[in-house]
Amino acid sequence: MGFDLTPVLPELFLLVAGLVLLVVGVLTREGEAARVVATLSVLALVIGSIIIAASDKSPQLALGGHYVADGFSAFLKILLFVGAALAILLAQGFLHDRRIARFEYSLLVLFSTLGMSMMVSANSFLALYMGLELSALPLYVLAAFDRDNLRSTEAGLKYFVLGALASGMLLYGCSLVYGFAGTLSFDVLADAFGAATAERPPALLPLGAVVGLVFIIAGLAFKLAAVPFHMWTPDVYEGSPTPVTAFLATASKVAAAGLAVRVLMHPFGEWTAQWQQVVVLISIASMLLGAFAAIGQANIKRLMAYSGIGHIGYALVGVAAGSERGVYAVLVYLAIYLVMTLGTFGCILLMRRQGQYVEQISDLAGLSRQRPMAAAALGVFMFSQAGIPPLAGFFGKLLVFLAAVEAGLTWLAVLGVLSSCVAAFYYLRIVKVMYFDEAAEPFDTAVHPAVTGITAITALATLFFIVWPGPLLRAAGAAAAALVR
Amino acid sequence: MIAGLAFYLFAGILIASAVMVVTSRNPVHGVLFLILAFFNAAALFLIAGAEFLAMILVIVYVGAVAVLFLFVVMMLDIDFARLREGFRRNAPLGLVIGGILLIELLLVAAAWRFAPEAAALRLQPVQPDGVTNTEALGRVLYTDYVYAFQIAGLILLVAMIGAIVLTLRDRPTAKRQDVAAQIARSGSVVTRRVPIGAGLAETGIARPPLPEAPKPKQVEHQGGGHH
Repeated sequence: MGFDLTPVLPELFLLVAGLVLLVVGVLTREGEAARVVATLSVLALVIGSIIIAASDKSPQLALGGHYVADGFSAFLKILLFVGAALAILLAQGFLHDRRIARFEYSLLVLFSTLGMSMMVSANSFLALYMGLELSALPLYVLAAFDRDNLRSTEAGLKYFVLGALASGMLLYGCSLVYGFAGTLSFDVLADAFGAATAERPPALLPLGAVVGLVFIIAGLAFKLAAVPFHMWTPDVYEGSPTPVTAFLATASKVAAAGLAVRVLMHPFGEWTAQWQQVVVLISIASMLLGAFAAIGQANIKRLMAYSGIGHIGYALVGVAAGSERGVYAVLVYLAIYLVMTLGTFGCILLMRRQGQYVEQISDLAGLSRQRPMAAAALGVFMFSQAGIPPLAGFFGKLLVFLAAVEAGLTWLAVLGVLSSCVAAFYYLRIVKVMYFDEAAEPFDTAVHPAVTGITAITALATLFFIVWPGPLLRAAGAAAAALVR
Repeated sequence: MIAGLAFYLFAGILIASAVMVVTSRNPVHGVLFLILAFFNAAALFLIAGAEFLAMILVIVYVGAVAVLFLFVVMMLDIDFARLREGFRRNAPLGLVIGGILLIELLLVAAAWRFAPEAAALRLQPVQPDGVTNTEALGRVLYTDYVYAFQIAGLILLVAMIGAIVLTLRDRPTAKRQDVAAQIARSGSVVTRRVPIGAGLAETGIARPPLPEAPKPKQVEHQGGGHH
C-alpha cells in the first residue's frame, strides 16, 4: 500500500483536468468558454479511458486500502468515461439552442464522472459514500441547469431532496454494518464474513449486518431507480434538460449498478442467500413496473424513465444469480444499455420543430417520411430495447436470463421474458407512430453534427453487435473474473 | 478542585443559557444565548481534555452556524408570538410525547453497562505519549483517510460551482468596479498650496473643470470580472 498513486492515475488525471478546466473556463471569453471547455473535457475523458485501458489490470489497492483498481473497475470506468464524453457532445447543440450554454455543464459532468469512477473503485463504505456524493451533487445541479425553466428547477429540487433521503438510508445501513462488523473495509468484511477455511470455523453474518445490508441495497436502489425507490425518476427525467437526462439514464445508472455488484459480490459474496431474495424482489417489481407503467406515457422522456426502470430490473436478474456468470451478464447488459440509451436520446434530440425541441410521442408522427435515417435509427433502438434478435439488446437479455437459469432462478427468467413481451408493446408503438401516422408539421432540417454522428454510430453498434461481439464479451468476462475471485 | 469548580460554573451557565434559548421572547436574544451555550460547552470540552472538539465547536458552531441563525432570524420576519399561539392547546400532546421519550431514555439508561476500560479512558483522553488529540486526529485524517478527506474537499468545490451555476446572474445594469480605469484616471486631481485663511474663491483656485471622463468601458464579466 503506502502512497503509491499509480493505480489512482485515471482519477488523478481527471481531477487535475477538471481543476485546470475550471480556470480555463473562467479565463476564456464568454462566447467561447462553453465550446472550449466541452472540447477539452471530452479530450480529458478520452485520455482517461486510454490511461485505464493501458493500466495494469491486476487488483491493486491504494490510499490506505480505500481504493481498488482491478479489471472490474477498469471495465466500468471505460464505460462511464465514454458515456460522459458522449453526454457532453450530445449537449452542446441543445444548450446553445436553449441559450443556456455555459462552460460549467461540461465541468459538472466531468466531476460527476470522477465521483462515479471513485464509486466503482470503492473498497470501503467510506469511499463508497464519498464517491456517491461526489457523483450525485453535480447531477442535482445539472438537473436544474435550465434554471429559468420551472420544470427543470423542480426536477433538480426533487432529485436533491430524494437523493438526500437515499443517502441517509445508505449511511444508516453502512453504520449498522460498521457497528456489527467493526470495519468499513470491503476486504476485511469479506474476510470476516468469508467462507470457512481449514484453520477457521464458518463465520456468521450478524443480524444487524443483514439489516444494514438491506438499507444499503435500498440506498443503492434509489440511485439505480429500481422499484420501490423509483418515484423520482419520471419527473426528474422529464424536467431535466434532455442531455442531462441522457447522462442520468446511462452513466449514473451504470455506476450505481457497478457499485451494487461490488458491494454484494465482494464483502457479502458468501451470503448470497441473505440478499438474493431482496434483489429478486426489487428486480421483479422493476421489470413489471417498467413494462406496465410505460404503456400509458405520452412523453418520450417519461417513457424512457420507465423503460430504464425495466432495464435495471433485467440487470438485477443477473445480480440475483450471484455468480461470476451473473456478473458477466450484468456487465454486458450495462454496456449495451448504455449504448442503446445514448442513441435513443440522440434521436430525441434530433426532433425539433420550428427551433423547439419536442418530446411527445405523438410528435414522432411522420418522422419516417421526413427524416428516414433518424426514424430507422430510432426503430433500431426500440427493437433492440424490446430485446428482439439479432439486435444488441437481445444478447444482453439472453445472457442475463441464462445466468439466472444456471443459478436455479428459472422462474425469475420466465417472469423476465414475459415482462419484456409486455414492454415490447410500447417500444413497437413508437415504431408504429413513426412509420404509419401522418405528420402534423414538418421537422426542422438543421441538425447538430455531433448528435447525428453519435446517433449513427450507436445505431450501427446496436445493429451490428452480432457481427463482432468478441471484444465486449471478452472484456466483460475478464472484468467479472476479476471481481469474483 | 479548581477544575471541579470550573466544571460546575460552566455547566451551570450552559444549562441556564440553554433554558434561556427556549424561553426568551425575543428570538435574537435566543440565538445570542445559544452562542453563550456553545462557548460554555466548548469550555467543558477543554476541561475534559478534548481541545480539538472545543475549537471546532467555537469555529463551526459559533462562527458559522449561530451567525447563520442570527441572519435568518433577523432577515425573516417571523412573528414568534403568533407561532406560540397554539402552545397551550398542544401542550398535553407534547407532554405525552415527552413522557414517552423520557421513559424510553430511562429504560435505556437502566440497561446501560459501561465498558470496563471506560473510566480509565475518561481520565486520560490524551494519549500517553504526549500526542494531543488535534495532532492524533490530523495524523489519521491525512494518512489513513486522506482519500475521503480530499473527496470531501472536492465535494465542497462542486457545491460552490453548483451554487454559482444556479444563482449567479449578470444584470446589464449592474455597476462593477473597473480597476484599470480607476488606476488610469489622472489629471483631474491636482494639489495646490493654499495660503492659510484664504478661501478658494478668493485665490482664484476653483476646482478645475473635469475633463470629459471616458465612459467606464463595459467589463467583460463572465470571462473573469471582479465580483
